[in-house]
Order: sequence, then structure tokens, then C-alpha cells
Amino acid sequence: MDKQRRKFLKIAGATALAGISAPAVVKLTSSSAMASSGHGAAVTEDAHKAVSHGAEEVPTTVRFGMVVDMRKFYGKPELLDKAIDACRKVHNIPQIDNKKSEIKWIWKAPFENVFPEHSGYHSSNIKEDNDFLVLCNHCDEPPCVRVCPTKATFRLPNGIVAMDFHRCIGCRFCMMGCPYGARSFNWENPRPYIKEYNPDFPTRMRGVVEKCNFCGERIALGKEPACLEAVKGSGAIFFGDLNDPESEIRKVLEQENTIQRKPSLGTKPSVFYIV
Amino acid sequence: MIEKVFKGNSRYWMWLAILSAFVGVGAICYIRQYLFGLGLTGMGRDLSWGLYISQFTFLVGVAAGGLMLVLPYYIHNYKVFGRLTILGEFLAIAAIVMCLMFIMADIGQPLRGLNMMLHPTPNSMLFWDMVVLLGYLGLNVICSWVILTAERKQVKPPRWVYFFVYLSIPFAVSIHTVTAMLYCGLPGRHFWLSAITAPRFLASAFAAGPALIVIACLVMKRVANFDAGKEAISKLTTIIMYAALINAFFVVLEFFVGYYSNIPGHKHSLEYLFFGLEHHGVVYNNLVPFMWSSVILCFGGLGLFGYMKIRKVSTDLMVGIGCAMIFIALWLDKGLGFVLGGLVVNPLDEIVEYYPTANEIGIALGIWATGLLLVTLLYKIAVDVEHEVEA
Repeated sequence: MDKQRRKFLKIAGATALAGISAPAVVKLTSSSAMASSGHGAAVTEDAHKAVSHGAEEVPTTVRFGMVVDMRKFYGKPELLDKAIDACRKVHNIPQIDNKKSEIKWIWKAPFENVFPEHSGYHSSNIKEDNDFLVLCNHCDEPPCVRVCPTKATFRLPNGIVAMDFHRCIGCRFCMMGCPYGARSFNWENPRPYIKEYNPDFPTRMRGVVEKCNFCGERIALGKEPACLEAVKGSGAIFFGDLNDPESEIRKVLEQENTIQRKPSLGTKPSVFYIV
Repeated sequence: MIEKVFKGNSRYWMWLAILSAFVGVGAICYIRQYLFGLGLTGMGRDLSWGLYISQFTFLVGVAAGGLMLVLPYYIHNYKVFGRLTILGEFLAIAAIVMCLMFIMADIGQPLRGLNMMLHPTPNSMLFWDMVVLLGYLGLNVICSWVILTAERKQVKPPRWVYFFVYLSIPFAVSIHTVTAMLYCGLPGRHFWLSAITAPRFLASAFAAGPALIVIACLVMKRVANFDAGKEAISKLTTIIMYAALINAFFVVLEFFVGYYSNIPGHKHSLEYLFFGLEHHGVVYNNLVPFMWSSVILCFGGLGLFGYMKIRKVSTDLMVGIGCAMIFIALWLDKGLGFVLGGLVVNPLDEIVEYYPTANEIGIALGIWATGLLLVTLLYKIAVDVEHEVEA
């Protein structure tokens, strides 16, 4: 009797476990195996998917992305500064001249730091002599969103990875999760360090994390990101919907050879570079 | 039973006074940090976790270490540990209280801490860490208090409490596993991105926790007339030896993976911790002396225990020194090296060294003192109940 009950429980348990895990197994096995860049080889990937899972669904949502044409910035560090300053003014970014406590949304850094996975050995002079633009990648699979314990950072339906400054508890787990160093923490009250106050955007308090928001508040008003607007005319920055095949940014991506930062980590960055 | 803490000799009160002084200093340092912000610490944009989180990580291990007493006694019916399990549970309570205090000291907006519960986020490992830590704390409070009360009344503990005792065993494993998952699931942090992180944490926990309990037993033998028994102490040192050896083995495996694969990201942190990391002509090596001290202390302690086992000699002093060596070695390894070593190379491949500030160290010492104070009070209760039963 006892033995039978044990046997029954075993079978019941195994069945329940299989039933619970089945959807997870199906989901895991159905995702494309080589999707590290999110775009990389869109054609072959789609073809592969079409073969294995029937018709590929055309994404109906918006996913904002950016292309930084570094060729337009070479030899013109003042153009980089223009973009950086525009962002600083629009977003009330405090100017703390201390590497420990500084707040950075968009900044410039050498090639070897921005692209540590690309070899810097005997690299071209142009890479050696110029700084590169760094900002949040607004990843399609953002690790910062995955690790945040309060949903203070989240991915909007339009692909922007946004922050709720009022919910953030300042645990800085997102800064650990971000493989791009895109996030800054307010180690002290930032307000005294704001040079020009813009009443249209909130200032932050100490103890919360902040980062580039792809100018979500400006896009909502039909404006362009501040950095793009600042360098308008140079054609150095493109911004638009990565899911719209007719968008300007898609045309640029189709014509130019672009790279992303650390694509091997599977975060699927939405910021592309032409170097 | 709480009344036991109000009676004690002058040495007891002196010890409490010393600890309270440290608690007071820590409290003042914390008020300063609370008013100014975390800018008072040595942490910064590139190295945004520091002493607080590393102490938290180590203390989760101390809390989980109590398992090495509970498991043999309740599962394997190893009676020798009968007098010690309560000490393991009380140590776990104090260690988790310290963990929670370190977390509160570390977050930028402590008043928003409840957002973790108001907006539960199952995809965040920090959420699960909170769940298992609070769970383990609750289980230990229930088990230790109920069993000690029963012992005092000299009756058998109620049957229902064993459900919580057995439940606390997987919880002990889970607290350190989930704490390891805080680190080992982050893309781009090569030193932490290792599946062996959780087992390594558990191994070091199962050495550090019992080592602290043995030291506490030896102290209480001298000052509180509480004898854990020679066999129990001897068995505990065996457990400590194996756990410390397994931890050392795991560290060696990390070295193999880093250096044989020759992948720079996997080597950088080990290089920084043990040999000094060279970058653009500058050598960064501020943790090297600590890590080699850890190695020497670990193998020194193991050697001492080995000698004692082979020669069948054992004095309290030798046991105490051996346990202290291993405890300090593991603290250096996990309480300093693991977190700080993993962060030395930032995501933009720059090297930033970390130096805690005096204020930060003050807060950390204050929290440690609070924990020791709590351990003292709890152990006072446990020992006095023992004496009462014996009398």
C-alpha cells in the first residue's frame, strides 16, 4: 500500500514538473540561436526563422535607435563637445569635475575604451587620434532592467530604456549590470553643480542613478534628440525607428558598415557606429 | 528569557561597553553619510560597490555556516552538536541583521527601501536575495527561540518546529547561492561570471561560519563556564578543514581557467589581486598584500589543523589560532578580494583602485560591533539557559 502511494506520488510529481516546465522548454528552444547583435545578419536570420517556425512576424512596435557616423567627427572634437553640451543643458546634468562623482549621459572616450573587444593593436591613426561618442545603448535586452529590484529602470514600448528617479532606491545594481558603463550615481546632491537650469526637465536628488534617456521627453514632443540637433547639418548622428524598413536610419544601416559595442554579450544595443 | 542579558559580571558589562562605543562611532559616521550622501565613501562612478557590499557578501556566508551544525544534528542525529546548534542559529540571526544593516548603509535612498516589497521584481536577483534572507532570519528566530524555550522548560520541542528546522536547511544553502547569483549573472563582469561562484561561496561559508563558532566556544569556555566538548570542537575543525580546502581548490580552478584560456578579461582580476595589474605603465596592486596574507593564513591554518590531527595533540590555543587564521583568510578572500577584485577593471577597460574612507570604515566597524553585540547578548541567553537547566 505504502509502496503504491509512493509510486503514485513520484509519477504525479514528475508529470506536474514536466507540465510546468514545458512552456519554458518550448520558449527556450524556439529562440533563434544566433541573435547576439539583434540585427547583424537580418536577412539570413529571418530566412532561418522562416524555415523553422513558419512566417516571420514583422515587428509592429517602434524601436528607437541611433547611428553615430564617427567619420564626420574625426578631427572635429568641438563637434563632439557641442553634442555633449547640448545634452548637459537640456537634461540639467551637473558638472562635477571629479572622476569619482561625475555624472555622464553622453561623453567622449578613446576607441580602445569604447570598443575594448575590438583590437587596438596597430590600429589606424584615425582611431588613435580621435575620441568616440559614448552613451547608453538602449539595449533590446537590457541587463540593467533585468537586475533592477524595483522596476525603477524599465524598457518603454518604443525601445527606450528609461529611469524613474523617484522609485530608484540607489542600490546601483544596474551599474553592475550595465556592461557599457553608461550609468551614473548621484554620490551627493547634484543641484549645486547645475550650471544652467532648464525648467522643462527635472533635476535629480542625491542617491539615485541616472543615464541617457534618448531624449524621450523631446521625442514625445516631436523633437529630435538634443545631441543630434546640436550637430545637425553635419550628418553625424542619425536617429529613428529601427523596426521601420522605410526609415532613414534603416537606409543608413543598409548602406554602411556599422559596429556595436560588445555585441557578444547579447544585449542587442540600439546604438551603431560607423568608424 | 530576555532577562538573562541584564545580569552579568563586570567583564560582561565592560565588553558590552566597548562594543557600544564602536556602535556609537558607527552611528555618528552613518548620520554624516545620511546627511551628505554616499559621496563620503571611497566608492565612485567606476567602482560603485565597495566595503559595504563585500561585508554583506561575507556575512551571508557566516549566516549560512550555521548549517554545518544544524545539518549533522538534525539530519544525521549527531548528538555531539546538541549544545552547539543553538549557537549556530543565533550566529545566523546576528549575521543576517548585519547583512541587512550593510545593505541599508549601501543604498542611496534608504527611506525608499520598501520599494523592494511594494514593487516586487522577480527577475531581479536582489529581490530574491531579500526574500531568502528575510526567510532565513525568520526561520532561525522561530527555531532557536522555540527550541531554547523548550530546553529551559525541560520538555521536548513541539513537533511543528521541526518543519521549520528542516526548511531552514535549504534556506541556508539558498541565501548564499542567491547572493552568488547577484554577481555571477552579470554580463561583462568576467571575474564574477563563473558558475563556480556559488559553490565557492558555500565552501568558504562552511569554513568561516563554524570557525567563528569555535572561537566563540573557546572564549565562552574561559569566561562563561560553557564547555562545548572536545569531540564537538574536534569535529568542527575537521569540517572547517574540508570546507577551506574545497574553497582553495575552487580558487585554483579559477586560476586555471583564466591563465590557460589566456582570455584577458578572465585574467585581469586575478592578476590584480595576486600579482599587480599593469596598465599603460602603471601597476595597480593595492590588494596584493591582503591576498597573499589570505593564502598564507589559509594554508597556515590548514597546516596547523593537519599537524594537530596527525600528532593527536590539541590545545584550545592551537584550535583558536587555527580557526582565527582561517576565518581571517576567508574574510580577506571574500570580504575584500572577491568584490573589489571583480570591479577593478571598469566596463570601459579603465583601471580604478578602491580605497575606503575613514567614515566608511567607521560605519563598517559600527555594524560589525552591532553584530558582535547581538551575538554576545544571544549567546548570553543560550549559555545562561544551559546553566539554569544544569543547576
